[in-house]
Amino acid sequence: MLSAQTSRRDFLKGSGALVVGFSLAGPLAAARAQTVGTPLKPVTLDEVDAFLSIGVDGIVSVFTGKVDLGTGTRTALRQMAAEELDVTLDRIKLIEGDTALTPDQGPTWGSLSIQIGGVQIRQASATARKALLEMASKRLAIPVGELEVRYGVVRAKGDPTKHVSYSDLIGDREFRLKVDSKAPLKKPADYTIVGKSVPPVDGVAKVTGEWTYMHDVRVPGMLHARVIRPPAMGAQLLSVDESSVRGIKGLTKVVRLGNFLAVVAETEWAAIKAADQLKATWSAWEGLPDMDKLYQHVRNTPIAADEVPLKRGDVRAALATAAKTLSATYEFAIQLHGSIGPSCAIADYRDGQVTVWSSSQAPHWQRRELSMMLSIPPEKIRYIFLDGAGCWGRNGHEDAAADAALLSRELGRPVRVQWMRQDEHGWEPKGPPTLVDIRAGLDANGNVIAWQSEFWIPRRTDVGHGVPFVAASLAGLPHRDAMNPSTIFLNSKPEYAFPNAHVLVHRLQTTPFRPSWIRTPGRMQNTYATEVMMDELAAAAGADPLEFRMRHLNDPRGLVVLKTVANRAKWDSRPSPKKGADKATVATGRGISYIKYENVRTYVAAVAEVEVDRRSGVIRVKKFTIAHDCGLIINPDGVKNQIEGNVIQTVSRTLKEELRWDRSRVTSLDWATYPILTFPEVPEIDMELINRPNDPPWGVGEPATGVVPSAISNAVFDATGVRLRTVPYTPQRVKAALGARA
Amino acid sequence: MVTLSVNGKSHRLDVEPDTPLLYVLRDSLGLHGPKFGCGLDQCATCMVLMDGDAVRTCRVPVSRAAGRKIVTLEGLGTADKPHPIQKAFIEERAIQCGYCLNGMIITAKALLDKKRNPSDREIKQALAGSLCRCGVHLRVIRAVKRAAVRMAKEA
Ligand code: FES
Ligand code: FES
Repeated sequence: MLSAQTSRRDFLKGSGALVVGFSLAGPLAAARAQTVGTPLKPVTLDEVDAFLSIGVDGIVSVFTGKVDLGTGTRTALRQMAAEELDVTLDRIKLIEGDTALTPDQGPTWGSLSIQIGGVQIRQASATARKALLEMASKRLAIPVGELEVRYGVVRAKGDPTKHVSYSDLIGDREFRLKVDSKAPLKKPADYTIVGKSVPPVDGVAKVTGEWTYMHDVRVPGMLHARVIRPPAMGAQLLSVDESSVRGIKGLTKVVRLGNFLAVVAETEWAAIKAADQLKATWSAWEGLPDMDKLYQHVRNTPIAADEVPLKRGDVRAALATAAKTLSATYEFAIQLHGSIGPSCAIADYRDGQVTVWSSSQAPHWQRRELSMMLSIPPEKIRYIFLDGAGCWGRNGHEDAAADAALLSRELGRPVRVQWMRQDEHGWEPKGPPTLVDIRAGLDANGNVIAWQSEFWIPRRTDVGHGVPFVAASLAGLPHRDAMNPSTIFLNSKPEYAFPNAHVLVHRLQTTPFRPSWIRTPGRMQNTYATEVMMDELAAAAGADPLEFRMRHLNDPRGLVVLKTVANRAKWDSRPSPKKGADKATVATGRGISYIKYENVRTYVAAVAEVEVDRRSGVIRVKKFTIAHDCGLIINPDGVKNQIEGNVIQTVSRTLKEELRWDRSRVTSLDWATYPILTFPEVPEIDMELINRPNDPPWGVGEPATGVVPSAISNAVFDATGVRLRTVPYTPQRVKAALGARA
Repeated sequence: MVTLSVNGKSHRLDVEPDTPLLYVLRDSLGLHGPKFGCGLDQCATCMVLMDGDAVRTCRVPVSRAAGRKIVTLEGLGTADKPHPIQKAFIEERAIQCGYCLNGMIITAKALLDKKRNPSDREIKQALAGSLCRCGVHLRVIRAVKRAAVRMAKEA
């Protein structure tokens, strides 16, 4: 059980995940908290105190609005702060995603936790270090230039007896200093912590069951709730028969607000039973498109706006002169985040204020959205992050938080909402479908002279806001009728130096399911189309797919990853498909792919090796080789772990994952109807990391995902001579494609 | 009233007899190693050892667990004294969000108790019902092998 107020000392002893209430004990703690939402300390991005405080015990508390979604930033951000401050890693405590304590560094998305969040922390740390050196200089009467820092102690260079510790200089007091963008950073050559494969700081607790996840939190007086969503997505709730749940021991209340329906009970089991047994009548609704005609539906959806990320030369004229032209359509299914732990939240609403605990990637955004739904100012809301299961974007935690807030307001007690598996699969926002047409032309030498691509993807109505809450829509409470699939146009622009190119992105008025972003949103789907078409062109030109890419690319760092991956995978240089590809029963092949993430950062190249069983249509991905350049590497093993995760998850998305539905509702409601990759199916993974210590650190959590589907498609083509263009490559689809050719 | 033996201790609990064991472990006993993932026997996050076998607890009524010897992740080892399998997971850094690990560690324990030196194939097969979304599979396989070697030495 977590107490509502934890002293600073308790908090420092704890795992960091146990920060529920946080009262600063020292002079830092000018009594501030009249309302739950009021920051307990400075949190504005330009203040050093927003990011750092050093205790009398020498512990450095680092505050970040970025949260660890399982990707290891909790360890890497500590490394960055410890390095810049010259303290040992065990002195650092990291406090993540608490609107009362941490600065708003933006949502934890876009592989930006290190690149932006970490760099902000690094600059604040450098500013603090500079200030501490100046303080020490005064205290010791030694010029700054003659001082050095070791393990949080400033000392005279030639005389270690003259020293003063950080805690003596500032212990428990505020810096009251603006972050100085010019405060000197440590030279990468002097790094001792950054660049090391420090083990994950939460590892031991996670494997022993001692780590506190959101799902484990209990607060005093708390009730358990389960939501009952409409059986047809747009149905109206006509009536509720409360007698159907009478007699369930521990049931507290059936809550109905418009179409929002929930049961609240003293125990989880009572809530689950009540949710199962409750009889409710809903209207019929059949507003979903025919699943079998999804892409036709997408193509016919009204266009809200057209965007042109790239227009170069004269594509039409070039196509007219081309020796060969190719056109193809690529389709990418609607997918789930598929978190292993369903969404969960607790809210405690009292006296017009609310404290919410959940696992959202965007605590500060949550505050704004909840404020709108509840019609209370954001200052009356405190949002505290606790670990969930890996979420890969905006999944259901935010909605569970809204459910909990609403129910706590109704009940006047803290309420915990835990989604069941069917709620998660059925109601988490989805990764929208992607449809792409590409037409390209080769000259007589087999070079691409024209490229024209056209994308059909949903629009984004509000920048800077999240995805509307299910609860707000169902209960008819204030919300923006927004659609936010995020920046899914990125990587629609090919990286290659085609003389004539035109990229046209249709932003659609609607999409069948409430959209949001899932790992590498849009960038993966767009790169998929581009990199498969590159392969189709290479084959049409009779060129080796690696050589073909390299000859169209002038980016030196891009060329390095391509060469590196080819060497590492012992790339068999020849055109695809492989000779005799149409004969083998179990055909094998290799495919290559490349991305420069968002056309501006992390470079990744991949080689996939696959086996295709013609009889069953089953594709086995045997091996992935990756070359990866993300600039400065903070934690090499952490990067490897992320790359492995990117590859395995995306092999799963490519081979298996596709949301299913009928005209009324999602029918993929469990892991049997939405299967993901299992242990016997995971590929071997080999990789090479290219470290560039003098360059900025770039994102790692998503880029490698971008190359996976295309590398697989290209390898299948190499093996069989058959081109797969619609993801996922289910055995049924593969068999049909193989059969169509035979 | 139900009497449960968990991690070597006996508990008398006032719970509805049809309550799935998982909720009793998590809510009544505060044991958070086993986790709720699907409630459908499909993911293995809720696993415990019951009389030495790895079993899912999200659908087993607590009444059926009475009289059985239950060991949860917490019962295997602690942060100070991790079990060799837990240690191997730490050493291989087979960890991302960590939500799925309970099922894998419990499965590995049951496997290694029966089979000292499993092949890669056998490990993968044993873990086939354990789902992980983060993609730590390869590290988990290495961790189980490392644990097998260590446990064989210690035996
Ligand atoms: S929660 Fe029991 S198998 Fe998934
Ligand atoms: S580590 Fe996150 S689900 Fe396996």
